Amino acid sequence: MAKRLGNQTIILDKQPIILSGAGIVGKKEGDGPLARYFDDVVDDEYAGEKTFEAAESRILRDTFIKALEKSGKSSTDINLILSGDLLNQCTAASYAFRDVDTPYLGLFGACSTMSESLAVASMIIDGGSVDYAVCAASSHFCSAERQFRYPLEFGAQRTPTSQWTVTGAGAIVLGKDGQGPKITCVTPGKIIDEGIKDSNNMGAAMSPAAFDTIRSHLIDTGRSVDDYDLILTGDLGSFGSTMLRDLLSKSNIDLKNKHKDCGTIIFDLEKQGVDCGGSGCGCSAAVFSTYILDQFMQGILKRVLFVATGALLSPTRIQQGETIPGIAHAVLIEA
Amino acid sequence: MKKQISKHEYQKMVDKKAPGSHIVRNLFAAFITGGAICSVGQIVMLVFKNFGADKETVASVTSIIMVFIGAFLTGINIYDEIGKFGGAGASIPITGFSNSIVSPAMEFKKEGYVMGVGAKMFLIAGPVLVYGIFSSVVAGLLYFIWKQVM
Repeated sequence: MAKRLGNQTIILDKQPIILSGAGIVGKKEGDGPLARYFDDVVDDEYAGEKTFEAAESRILRDTFIKALEKSGKSSTDINLILSGDLLNQCTAASYAFRDVDTPYLGLFGACSTMSESLAVASMIIDGGSVDYAVCAASSHFCSAERQFRYPLEFGAQRTPTSQWTVTGAGAIVLGKDGQGPKITCVTPGKIIDEGIKDSNNMGAAMSPAAFDTIRSHLIDTGRSVDDYDLILTGDLGSFGSTMLRDLLSKSNIDLKNKHKDCGTIIFDLEKQGVDCGGSGCGCSAAVFSTYILDQFMQGILKRVLFVATGALLSPTRIQQGETIPGIAHAVLIEA
Repeated sequence: MKKQISKHEYQKMVDKKAPGSHIVRNLFAAFITGGAICSVGQIVMLVFKNFGADKETVASVTSIIMVFIGAFLTGINIYDEIGKFGGAGASIPITGFSNSIVSPAMEFKKEGYVMGVGAKMFLIAGPVLVYGIFSSVVAGLLYFIWKQVM
């Protein structure tokens, strides 16, 4: 049986195993520093489909198929898919998996969806009701822009704190047995809203949530930053990462050189014109499912706290004068 | 768990550290872009004047041509780049207004001609039209009253 430590952290007993991971991204991400780790780079922003929403579903489904292929499992072995994206009604995921004959749970955690799905799936596998599950998340620059911002051809300037929605998806096959790194512990995050109103500054909106989850995890487990090889945040971007370091240092927690942020490593911030870095569910999903897993396979990483962060932004509520709630869920992966 | 800092303190931390816009660069880019667009407008105007068109016709034709240029450059995926570089220098002239109508029309074509193009075309320009027309009505009324009184 799993047991709870402190207020938030759950230590898993059966420790689900990451059997495989896959990540497929768009052209801009494919031009970035992590290009060689991705399973495929889709040059066409429509991915052969007619709309951006359909393209996102296509990329998500292809990533799911790729992850299954790498795990040696077939879709009939999978008892549950947990997936989500940024679009209203989790459009990309619902349409990606409508022809897959497997039970599906749709999740919305904004950009934190990947760690949310891993956390939920691990607990379900730990509980014994599911043997194999697939966790996946996606985003698409063009579908996100049209829902949250402006039409693509509208000539607007981006603010320096803004982040670039990643076109891409990541998928992980989790199982009760097999070979691979294990998920040993999860710390589901609380919704934290520190009053940020600027929807072009999501990093600042999310970093208090990342701070809260990381701090709670360390307190609950009685560990320090030194006990980890890497603390990988979702997509705080460069500015959000600065804020996270500042907040943690106020609590006397020093991240030292143990911190990386998916949003800042997926792009070359200087050369690719993405301001503070990448964002979107697909960002942390693709980075974690490819680059980070690869580092585990090579034995470079042995204990990673993966904390994907999400800005639970509602354009409607922002127009009504509300602030942006943030969330961050942590999963601990050990070799 | 005890809160470390208040919302107000956090906002102050963010304001202090947030990277700001490059004001000098942006002003310069806006000046160059806006200036270039207006110069093109001026050239068009002078050409028509040269052909002997009267003042009102010249004004209308120049606007029509500038709107067309804005729409055309939007259609061939260039105006968004101009906007990214020039900021307000690209959005304030009439070409920017044209861009703000054509870009949603292109974007929402996938949702059909009625609920897509038709309904979403004025997504960005809508408020400009509403308040533009409203203020012209107010100005007209004031002008009318002024004429009666004086």
